[in-house]
Amino acid sequence: MALLTLSSPHAKGSNRTSDLMRWVILACVPGLALQTYFFGWGNLHNVLWCACIALSCEAIVLKLRGRAPAFYLKDYSALVTAVLLGLALPPLAPWWISLVATTFAIVFAKHLYGGMGYNPFNPAMAGYALVLISFPVAMTTNWATPSSMLADGQLGLGDTLAVIWQQSPLPDGFSGATPLDVYKHEIAYKTEETVRAFAVFGEHFALGWEWVNVAFLLGGLVLLGLKIIPWQTPVAVLTGLAVPSLLLGSDADQYTPLSIHLLAGATMLGAFFIATDPVSSSTTPLGRLVYGFGIGLLTYIIRTWGGYPDAFAFAVLLMNFAAPLIDVYTQPRTYGFAGPKRGPKSRENQ
Amino acid sequence: MLVLTAIITLTLLAIGFGALLGFAAIRFKMQGNPVVDQIDSLLPQTQCGQCGHPGCRPYAEAIANGEDINKCPPGGEATIQALADLLDVEPMALDAEHGQEKPKQVAVIREDECIGCTKCIQACPVDAILGAAKHMHTVIESECTGCDLCVEPCPVDCIDMVDVEHGLSDWKWTSPDRSMLIATDRSSTEYGRSTNAA
Amino acid sequence: MTAPVSNPNHPKRAVHAFHGGIHPPEHKVDSNQTPIATSPLPPRLIMPLQQHLGKAAKPIVAVGDHVLKGQRIAEADGAISAHVHAPTSGTITAIEDRAIPHPSGLSDRCIEIRTDGEDRWIELEANEHYETLSVEEIRDKVRGAGIAGMGGAGFPTEIKMHPPQQDKVNTLIINAAECEPYITADDRLMRERADELVKGIEIMAYALQPGECLIGIEDNKPEAIEALKRAVGGTRIEVVVVPTKYPSGGEKQLIKLLTDKEVPSGRIPADIGIVCQNVGTAVAVFRAVRFGEPLISRITTLTGDQISRKGNVEVLLGTPIQWLLNQYGYQAGNPERIIVGGPMMGYALNDPDAPVVKTTNCLLAPSAEELPLAEPAQACIRCGLCAEACPAELLPQQLYWFARSQEHEKAEHHNLFDCIECGACSYVCPSAIPLVHYYRHAKSEIKQHRQEQEKSDRARIRFEARQERLEREKQEKEAKRKARAEAAAKAQAAKQAPAAPAKPVETAASAPAQNDPKQAAIEAALARKQSSNQEAEDPEALKTALDKAIAKLDKMLDALEQAKQDNPDQVEKLTRAVEKNQVRVNQARQNYERALASSNTQAANTTAKAPPEPKELPSREQLVTNLEKARAKLEKMSDALEQAQSEQPEQVEKLIRSVEKNRIRVEAAERALAEADKQEDVR
Ligand code: SF4
Ligand code: SF4
Ligand code: SF4
Ligand code: SF4
Repeated sequence: MALLTLSSPHAKGSNRTSDLMRWVILACVPGLALQTYFFGWGNLHNVLWCACIALSCEAIVLKLRGRAPAFYLKDYSALVTAVLLGLALPPLAPWWISLVATTFAIVFAKHLYGGMGYNPFNPAMAGYALVLISFPVAMTTNWATPSSMLADGQLGLGDTLAVIWQQSPLPDGFSGATPLDVYKHEIAYKTEETVRAFAVFGEHFALGWEWVNVAFLLGGLVLLGLKIIPWQTPVAVLTGLAVPSLLLGSDADQYTPLSIHLLAGATMLGAFFIATDPVSSSTTPLGRLVYGFGIGLLTYIIRTWGGYPDAFAFAVLLMNFAAPLIDVYTQPRTYGFAGPKRGPKSRENQ
Repeated sequence: MLVLTAIITLTLLAIGFGALLGFAAIRFKMQGNPVVDQIDSLLPQTQCGQCGHPGCRPYAEAIANGEDINKCPPGGEATIQALADLLDVEPMALDAEHGQEKPKQVAVIREDECIGCTKCIQACPVDAILGAAKHMHTVIESECTGCDLCVEPCPVDCIDMVDVEHGLSDWKWTSPDRSMLIATDRSSTEYGRSTNAA
Repeated sequence: MTAPVSNPNHPKRAVHAFHGGIHPPEHKVDSNQTPIATSPLPPRLIMPLQQHLGKAAKPIVAVGDHVLKGQRIAEADGAISAHVHAPTSGTITAIEDRAIPHPSGLSDRCIEIRTDGEDRWIELEANEHYETLSVEEIRDKVRGAGIAGMGGAGFPTEIKMHPPQQDKVNTLIINAAECEPYITADDRLMRERADELVKGIEIMAYALQPGECLIGIEDNKPEAIEALKRAVGGTRIEVVVVPTKYPSGGEKQLIKLLTDKEVPSGRIPADIGIVCQNVGTAVAVFRAVRFGEPLISRITTLTGDQISRKGNVEVLLGTPIQWLLNQYGYQAGNPERIIVGGPMMGYALNDPDAPVVKTTNCLLAPSAEELPLAEPAQACIRCGLCAEACPAELLPQQLYWFARSQEHEKAEHHNLFDCIECGACSYVCPSAIPLVHYYRHAKSEIKQHRQEQEKSDRARIRFEARQERLEREKQEKEAKRKARAEAAAKAQAAKQAPAAPAKPVETAASAPAQNDPKQAAIEAALARKQSSNQEAEDPEALKTALDKAIAKLDKMLDALEQAKQDNPDQVEKLTRAVEKNQVRVNQARQNYERALASSNTQAANTTAKAPPEPKELPSREQLVTNLEKARAKLEKMSDALEQAQSEQPEQVEKLIRSVEKNRIRVEAAERALAEADKQEDVR
């Protein structure tokens, strides 16, 4: 008689991919809530709309690839991509921008590379970068104005839907550039004080944005606490951003100050939710530090000297390119070895 | 003027890179013909001649000179794959003309029938047969490559090729890829059976 | 530690940490609440010859023998091996392949004993004081008792009781961590037999003379810690409590915990002056030295929800697992699953009739709820949780990619072989990937590949050596031939010389002769022979020439005889043999002629039979080749026969038989061919 024989271990811990993904989505909720509070219904709508597209695309592609959609949809990975895109896209971006970005993310950036776990690039950021390059105007002007700047409050749900779906013209003042964009353009011929006087900067750093970023930071800390994301990546991202801005950008009359870098734009979302995407990032502990630092640094460079106001997507994609190489050169030292093996075929460091 | 500068720059660059390439070619020149060695090290060294060459090394030389890589039955698919990887060509199916891939075998001499004619010793490419003239011969199992070459010359047909035995000592864990197929089929009573069958 | 010195105030020992590790549910209370029970005597015992690492033991009993409890029934084969003893008295009923506890589910050689229920001991040699024995005698006793590591690996203990050659053992570590969930055999043993354990450790320390002696135990066994602390009072043995974390009981991890040293990759603890022994082993050593008892029983944890009376039992080695579990209320689950060892590193048993062996520390029969079956694996999301959990500080996810894509070189480069297969990575993997299984598969593939490579390298070397040898022989022959030809030419010249004495020719011919008269003589002789051969063209002349040559040979042999006067006996024999040979040669020649004639007629027959029509069916072609092959073989055989007749009369009979066989074959082939031709004609 033959009994059941399988390899050990026979015990299994409680970690599940779907749980990890669910936690990531949950940790986004405070940020999303504040976005909705400050910038109206746009982001919430985008999250939901992207989720619909992502799940449909995922199901269709899985079917085409002959996989069981029911099993793979349950890993929530498509949903995470959709949520990140919904949070990152401009709130008042027309519906087809989300459609293009999400479809590209799921079909091309994810499944054409072999599906979950095999994609070398962060799908959400690939989709984002695509629409940012293809539709730069729509992507830079459709940022909603913070509610408190508007005399009679934010756009209602109906109006938001009308803007997104029918491209009905926005009343003046309801949309504009982001604080990062404004600072970068205005500081060229103004002083810090006069720039800071712009309404988008509000009383502190960046009206609305600062709180959204704080919320994402908190969400990220929860994920850190649950050990769902490694600490190295976000810490390194923020360091990568802070070091150059402290070194050469301390002159606020010339460069965007660190506070605005950190608290305006998608910094915290990027550092805690996007850069930490495990699949496309580096996998070694040291490698994650390098990878995160690279993202921070590139973000700073593109934000400061590049043509785009925010650059997280590009920075992440560029570092995605480098991740396999980083892995090769940052292997940890194994038990029983004097030092780590570095490089593709270095001599044994016995 | 600008055009001139550009041309000069390009020329200088070309010269520079040319020099670099030339230097690299000399500096990193390989000794001998390592590709033959590399190919040879991938061949199974059964030395059976089924590929149409008198041994593995001659075949390795032939491959290096452009012969097909699918003529070695003892190596089978695995060897073809390895050769394809090494030479960066498409793997092809084993050429049936040269024989089929068979399980590993060793020669065994039925010793009471052996007349000690030494013919098998002369045939064995790896000197895996022991024995003096007129004395009973025997195959050193650990050295026999299973090439089959000693069977034919034996005048009394006392050499058998037998499959190599598998047991605990060479038992292998099967690939989980295979057992995972079973794992998805929970209702089956065959569940997990012989996952690790040798 | 000849006289354990009291050292009441140890400095507080720092416990270090190892990387990674996990905290799976312990389930230890399931089985550690009741005292160690003694299992009843089973009707049959099955003793595998290999219960240890190394070579299998060799049986020294035969079927039908009656054996006593503790009698040696198989002897260690070589240095790394262990004896096997009869666990009770009874009759040997079989020595054959039986199911053994092994992940492969394969069978191996076992000795079966039908127990007689008397449980009668063989006479044992007790020893009150181990100090009266020499270290050598102690090792002999341990080896004699067939003790092998009882923690799981089963390395023969006696070998580990030799201090390494170069330097001494600094630290003797007793592994009492028992970090695997469910297992409590060591826990109960320490609670109940701490004194025996401590004495066993003292004996091992006596043999090894270590600088320090530590017991490493996890803090989840407070009662055992208490008992140990009490028992070690007055000795230099230190009880070091380490935090509970799987796999702190891994040898390398425990060493790191207690000494902060690491065993270098590919080496053993002894290389850094450390020896690790298991608790059960220490007790076995004590019993072997004190009472002379061989290792015939062990303590095994029976646990899991499919067993109603969980607990630890002292069970005779060889007890069939199914029978044992049935004594303790075992209910087969669905699917039925019995794990030997713990849930993290144990293996699932294929055949429950396999016996308990020296390394069986736990039998776990879990229900499907308590240890659910593996879920379908998802894709690796490279989350790195596995790398965080890995106690060997590997990158399991990378290893997984490499193992899966068969990139074995890269896997080795990423230190695949430093993986201790602890299962921590699989445990934490959110995608439920059977990582360890991949590593095991990759390791066995690599090992097999290495073996094959080694073999093919050897074959290549042998092949090349042979090629060289053949080349050399060819060259030697060539050189000889040339020398002969040259000599012939010279001889010719010498013959011609008297007729027409041409000075330069003479000098040319005589010059070498002057140099070496002997060689010249040989050359001249050879030349004569050759020239006479050249003359002889027709067969008759050839025969006479041959006869002459043989006569010459005889003469030469006579000369040899004379030369070897100092050894007349042998020479005489030799001559006789040569004479005999002569007769045989003549006989053989006659036979040869006969064979020649018959083969000629055969050849004539076939040519006659050969059909004139050019169009041939493939089957016919085959038949022809068959026939040709058979004929060729026949010829070869006849040659061999001829040779044998001249040289080895005792072989002749055999040969004749095989020639007959083959002749029949040839005839059959001929018939088949003829038939085919006939059919062809009809068509
Ligand atoms: S066919 Fe035989 S001789 Fe030719 S390469 Fe293969 S093993 Fe070597
Ligand atoms: S013994 Fe026979 S089969 Fe084995 S290597 Fe020699 S010739 Fe080949
Ligand atoms: S724990 Fe599993 S999913 Fe995560 S990196 Fe390791 S193998 Fe991949
Ligand atoms: S099984 Fe191997 S790779 Fe996995 S955690 Fe243990 S030592 Fe590391």
